[in-house]
Amino acid sequence: MRVLKYADAIREAQYLALKKDKAVFIMGQGVDNPWCVGSTTKDLLSTFGAKRIRDVPISENAMTGAAIGAAMAGMRPLVFHPRMDFMYLAMDQICNHCANWHYMFNGQINIPITIRGIINRGNEQAAQHSQSPYSMYAHVPGLKIVMPATPYDAKGLLLAGIFDDNPVLYIDDRWLYDIHGEVPEGFYTTPIGKGNIIKKGSDLTVVAISYLVQEALLAAEELQKTNINIEIIDLRSIKPLDITIIMNSVKKTKRLLILDPAWPMCSIASEISSQIYDKLYTVLKKPIIRINLPECHAPASTSLEKYYYPNKALLIKSITKIVAKEKN
Amino acid sequence: MNKMPPNKFPVFDRTGVDSKTLKGFLIAMIRIREFEKLIAKHVEENKIITPCHLYIGQEAIATGVCKSLRKDDYVFGTHRSHGHYLAKGGSLKKAMAEIFGRSTGCSGGRGGSMHLCAPEVGILGTSSIVAGSVPIGIGAGLAESIKETDRISTIFHGDGVPEEGSWNESLNFAGINKLPVLFVCENNFYCTHLPIEARRIKNNIAELASAHGIPSVTIDGNNVLEVYRTSQQTVTKIRRGEGPQFIECKTYRWLGHVGPKDNLEVGLRCREELDAWKTRCPIKMYEEFLLGNKIISQEEKESIHSLIQCEIDDALHFSLSSPYPLKLDLLKHVHKER
Repeated sequence: MRVLKYADAIREAQYLALKKDKAVFIMGQGVDNPWCVGSTTKDLLSTFGAKRIRDVPISENAMTGAAIGAAMAGMRPLVFHPRMDFMYLAMDQICNHCANWHYMFNGQINIPITIRGIINRGNEQAAQHSQSPYSMYAHVPGLKIVMPATPYDAKGLLLAGIFDDNPVLYIDDRWLYDIHGEVPEGFYTTPIGKGNIIKKGSDLTVVAISYLVQEALLAAEELQKTNINIEIIDLRSIKPLDITIIMNSVKKTKRLLILDPAWPMCSIASEISSQIYDKLYTVLKKPIIRINLPECHAPASTSLEKYYYPNKALLIKSITKIVAKEKN
Repeated sequence: MNKMPPNKFPVFDRTGVDSKTLKGFLIAMIRIREFEKLIAKHVEENKIITPCHLYIGQEAIATGVCKSLRKDDYVFGTHRSHGHYLAKGGSLKKAMAEIFGRSTGCSGGRGGSMHLCAPEVGILGTSSIVAGSVPIGIGAGLAESIKETDRISTIFHGDGVPEEGSWNESLNFAGINKLPVLFVCENNFYCTHLPIEARRIKNNIAELASAHGIPSVTIDGNNVLEVYRTSQQTVTKIRRGEGPQFIECKTYRWLGHVGPKDNLEVGLRCREELDAWKTRCPIKMYEEFLLGNKIISQEEKESIHSLIQCEIDDALHFSLSSPYPLKLDLLKHVHKER
């Protein structure tokens, strides 16, 4: 099958959506600057014109609100924030307005919007250019949140989001942009709210989110050499949360480790832990392990930054600790 | 900062407006007034629980503006939008049922007084977050500009809204994209309990809008004909593709920020000020103009009042006899299901 980069899969999804439906349009900061949002919006302006591909002033709240209003008026906007840090400024429109609207007006108005928030960290960008606060949105009823980890799902989930009749937050991590993977040509969607077992195994269930799926796959290869066989679930959507796929895996492996690249308090990892303890506390052989970011802000200096983000090495260490000893 | 009304009584210029339309303005304003009075009474009696931000004193603005709009134009409002909803053609009995928390309400009893909705007449929902519907309103305008229709989006907001960042963001964006948006600021000198002099160095809201490059005027918000005429002219410009326009209407809210009291009792304003504005009641002044110019007779006036009273009584009966929403439906409509 054809192989594409993650960034190109995002671009192709937008291209297909714009081709398929005149109601689709894209707005966000830097949509047509020389870097084109990590090349994900390259050539869209010249193909689809300035009415549908709109660069915007740095007015996050109003721009998001405008996209929400346009969605109420029959459009299918994709509005993006080049960093999730900047998206905080739009939380009033996302949480107070977008999320509430369908319920507050008794189902009469729906908002088919996709809000793309990009996680963009590393390279000493420091605390205000490195954040990944997706769990905050997961708290709010009315929002769906997807976080693709592969090129295939980068395309499939973006198309699913754009053509969903509800607000969908699409969170992508710049560290994934150069990952290659199989991506079918043409239109397809990945179902929202369904995880994917990306690697089968029997010793431990690893639930991973976004970029950490890729680190988990690398760790799995190494672990295999020491005869540890982990099962990896690519969560893909954090809301709705596919708790069933996790439960079924944990019933088999009896152990769970969660990889969640955000702060630990009130995180997706703590939510999954709580639900699994509720449902499977008699099945678990070991306490659930949660790997999150440290409870501090992203430091600038590389000398500290390298300890901040969980990676393959940390994973191997943690997994070996809970599985290997027991096996020996 | 002077919050007293101008000494001169308004001049009502009826040039080019037929008698039927002129009467329509009176009917629309009285409907709003009587609706609000009935709501106030039931709030006072603790029969209404939802917080009600009443529009009494400002009726000429919603009426004058909405009468210059088409049915398919959008209207976005605020926590104080009973008037906008009624003037744009939203169902009176559904609004009342909503405020009584009934399932027959315009938002099924889920919105309450601050969240009214009538998509069939272009009201896609009102927000109770100050400035919340301003970005959404320009977004509806953006949608129509992309679709290349001549529908326009009207955004009503209070004088506290320009103190929010998103108002400035929205005016800038509407201006640079020439969006078909009419901004109507109802400057009643108060934002919640705070008078304008405690919030701004100058009472210069229209100037601010002009600074964003949007043609702006300040008019007497208690003169329904002036509001109508100005609105009609600006709507024509917007439909011609001239981009957003801004109207600041000077007015006064007779009651406190929320609820049926006038807040004199807690010292939030002085009697002299309130009384001076009550003599400039938008309905009384206009009614006198219509009677004085024989556009309506005394009998007609009385019949208008009694017809509206009947409509309000019917709506009250409808509301009180309607069922409450069911527990069974608590979780319904979090998402749109296919």
